[in-house]
Amino acid sequence: MSILVDRNTKVLVQGLGKTGQFHTEKAVAYGTQMVGAVHPSRAGTTMRFEGETDHSGVPDREDNFEVELPIFATMSQAVAETGANASVVYVPPPFAADAIMEAAASGVDLVVAITEGIPVADMVRAKRYLEGRGTRLIGPNCPGVITPHECKIGIMPGYIHERGKIGVVSRSGTLTYEAVHQLTQRGLGQTTAIGIGGDPVNGTNFVDVLELFEADPETEGVVMIGEIGGTAEEDAAAFVAKEMTTPVAGFIAGTTAPPGKRMGHAGAIVSGGKGTAEAKIEAMTAAGIVVAETPSDMGEAMERALG
Amino acid sequence: MKIHEYQAKQLMGERGIAVPSGRLATTVDEAVAAVRPLIEASGNPVVVVKSQIHAGGRGKGTFKEHPEIGGVRVVTAGIDGGVEAAEAAVRDLAGKMLGSTLVTIQTGNEGKVVNRLYLEQGIDIERELYLAVLLDRAVGRNIVMASTEGGVEIEKVAEETPEKILRAEIDPAVGLLPFQANELAVGLSLGESVTSFGGFVSALASMAMEMDTDLIEINPLVVTKSGEVMALDGKMAFDDNALFRHPVVAGMRDTSEEDPSELAAKEAGLNYIKLDGTIGCLVNGAGLAMATMDTIKHVGGEPANFLDVGGGADADQVSTAFEIITGDENVKGIFVNIFGGIMRCDVIANGIVEAVKRVGLEVPLVVRLEGTNVELGKQIIEDSGLDVVNAASLRDGAVKILELTK
Repeated sequence: MSILVDRNTKVLVQGLGKTGQFHTEKAVAYGTQMVGAVHPSRAGTTMRFEGETDHSGVPDREDNFEVELPIFATMSQAVAETGANASVVYVPPPFAADAIMEAAASGVDLVVAITEGIPVADMVRAKRYLEGRGTRLIGPNCPGVITPHECKIGIMPGYIHERGKIGVVSRSGTLTYEAVHQLTQRGLGQTTAIGIGGDPVNGTNFVDVLELFEADPETEGVVMIGEIGGTAEEDAAAFVAKEMTTPVAGFIAGTTAPPGKRMGHAGAIVSGGKGTAEAKIEAMTAAGIVVAETPSDMGEAMERALG
Repeated sequence: MKIHEYQAKQLMGERGIAVPSGRLATTVDEAVAAVRPLIEASGNPVVVVKSQIHAGGRGKGTFKEHPEIGGVRVVTAGIDGGVEAAEAAVRDLAGKMLGSTLVTIQTGNEGKVVNRLYLEQGIDIERELYLAVLLDRAVGRNIVMASTEGGVEIEKVAEETPEKILRAEIDPAVGLLPFQANELAVGLSLGESVTSFGGFVSALASMAMEMDTDLIEINPLVVTKSGEVMALDGKMAFDDNALFRHPVVAGMRDTSEEDPSELAAKEAGLNYIKLDGTIGCLVNGAGLAMATMDTIKHVGGEPANFLDVGGGADADQVSTAFEIITGDENVKGIFVNIFGGIMRCDVIANGIVEAVKRVGLEVPLVVRLEGTNVELGKQIIEDSGLDVVNAASLRDGAVKILELTK
């Protein structure tokens, strides 16, 4: 098994700009079931994707692919026509929160928001709108979700992943790749790797993902990568201590970050003495999480946690 | 984005939020000219002269050039001497404050030069409180934070007497509700000023939502002798990602308050933060960039900067990044750490080669490439004949650059 996405996930893409098109092509090459796109002014037309198959993705496919994706005016039409159960958002920041809410209204189970730079107030409203609805939001400002050999939604490089037994959850894109790469090199592989994003307000947090990994029989260990800002890592540590039997390893970025400065990610800021790396590492260590000293040691830390 | 106190008060005033009357001065003459209208309009012979810099602790801070005066001064000369005496006192003060360097607990030892003064009417204060609207990340909503402990550092209050901090969560669907404002007022024992406070805090909560503030902090919020609730100070920061819909606020940016190299980086689409160490870093991704700094420190070095070139940087941006890093004279060596996902290693390698040709390279350079097209990237660097040391991992790279800069 895996969590959130698998070979049955049918994905719509919202936002067909340069980035959206580029990554839709990569997803199709990987073998993700991309079933359509939403773009009001191009509704009724189709978009063609063709190229070389990415054989690190879904196995047993021909060497070349060719897909004609229908374009719809609205999410609800697209869902009705395609039976999609997930969407990925590449819509520019000013309109991205609306796209997320439209996805939720259309009834998809999962919406993955890649867009970086969405106003916080928009996300506050979107998060409120999602309350009580059946849609889970991953992101925004995240690399996406991948279950190796089954489904890739987002901007991560597919080929570094290998199917295996470790779940990965992270606030940072490139640090996720670091962890994934090391897990692949050590033959541990991944069940599912999830970037929850670097923004201060996001849809899914560490605790939500840890809960899913804990319930997944295939996931034998979890790597959790946090960074300065907020208290999501402390909450996760409390959850690990209380609810988890699956071994967890981790890393926290930002030990050397000066207070009061935003370190690239909107959410990565130590303010008023809160959200320091030290406090997070302390809470995680106390919860029995094996914390890597440097990102180069994440794979090794996971091995130690597995015992 | 931060703005000055006088700008925050202007924005509050426009929305009917009570603030003292005040006037901005950038010269001594303007400061002196502000005194009479302020005294005559308010009927209060006291004026306050406040340094405008983007840092807190101004009142307790002192000027490097004039250690005897603080960043905020209450001028009482007018009580006995009338307007002329107040003007003379302001002339003396403004002459010392303008162009001088104010050092506060938030500016660091180098301090900040004061180019603007804000002169305000004196206020007869009955009580000092604390009020803020900010994001509570744990719930993903704005909250109102209030305390009876005004005029002191709120972090200290939170640490020592957390029971003195009141909170009200703002539901974005309905805004701050009247009963919540009332609960806060009761918690602050506001008595007859409940109505005045209710209007104040409701307006502030709407302002936060409508104007995309990261933070509004009123410390102190005062109750005047006549029972009016008023913002004696005002600190405001805005969500950079929402400035596109607030052109007036965007126009309030004071670039003289920002680090010039950080500003240049921002214009080039790079995330750069200058630090005090000797090892320059060029990394893709915010998390990896932080982790690279951490690793340098872990192996015994000191990072000179945070620099995230982002996911889609081109050769030009990499060149600019190099220029910014080498422009810092503390830098004794550079560590490039790239995990190419979408960003291909050959693009980065070409950027590095190009940059070194353009900018020159007088310090050791360690490059660690991993990910998409890594072999091609390494080949490009190899073929360039540049004096570059390859690293096998982040940790390996950090160790190597440290050795080379010793």
